[in-house]
Amino acid sequence: MFDLDAHIGLHADALRLRSKRSEMIARNLANADTPGFEARDIDFRQALSGARREGGAVSLTATQSQHLRGGNASMDNAQLAESASMYRVPVAPSVDGNTVDVQLEQAAFSENAVRYQTTLHFVNSKLRGLMTALTGQ
Amino acid sequence: MSSFKIFDIAGSALSAQSVRLNTVASNLANANTVSGDKESVYKARYPVFETVIAGIGRDAGSTASVRVTEVIESEKAPLARYEPGNPVADADGFVYAPDINPVEQMVDMISASRSFQNNIEVMNTSKEMLLATLRLGQ
Repeated sequence: MFDLDAHIGLHADALRLRSKRSEMIARNLANADTPGFEARDIDFRQALSGARREGGAVSLTATQSQHLRGGNASMDNAQLAESASMYRVPVAPSVDGNTVDVQLEQAAFSENAVRYQTTLHFVNSKLRGLMTALTGQ
Repeated sequence: MSSFKIFDIAGSALSAQSVRLNTVASNLANANTVSGDKESVYKARYPVFETVIAGIGRDAGSTASVRVTEVIESEKAPLARYEPGNPVADADGFVYAPDINPVEQMVDMISASRSFQNNIEVMNTSKEMLLATLRLGQ
């Protein structure tokens, strides 16, 4: 039986985490003027390897027919992002306790958006490869 | 889909920055409004921003939008000027003007406008990302 999850692999998890990360950075940018707000971001590498470990596209060995195969996305992307989220180290001291550096956040947001598009492109080409195999054209 | 929360977050920021811009406009417009009464003279207004942590169930704490809780008036004492010829002067001939620094207000306006533009960019980029995701497989 063809395993679609294994074929698309970590790109699905990466896509989910990228969208979560863009939400966190948007949150930082929205609160750039709020006193006492602390900027947060997720450690993408750690979060993605966490997603793989929790059974993203890794299936459990089943030696008998009654054994269950490992569920995919067993850890919700919100929980995963929260567990890997860390506070940003403030670059400059601020009077009101706000640690958001707008330029840093903007750069991070752009980078995240480009990587999202890249991952999307990979998933797209994998899907189109499958379609070519199915239709033979 | 979690990406739609970005629109809530960015939208709240746009609204908060608009309120801030409104207060700056009010302060600049009333910078020269004098009054004979110390209590009733215009005082500079400032918005107070606050983070609203929202989200239900497993997503609790994931969305942090911004909100203007209140618009407070400045505590600075109004400047007293001696103008006996002014029709609104009080019995001693003093008029009171609000202590508003126009340079400070302009800087605030530039900061609010820059923040506003940033959040517009966030919304545009997210919208494009979502639309590209919808076109997956085509």
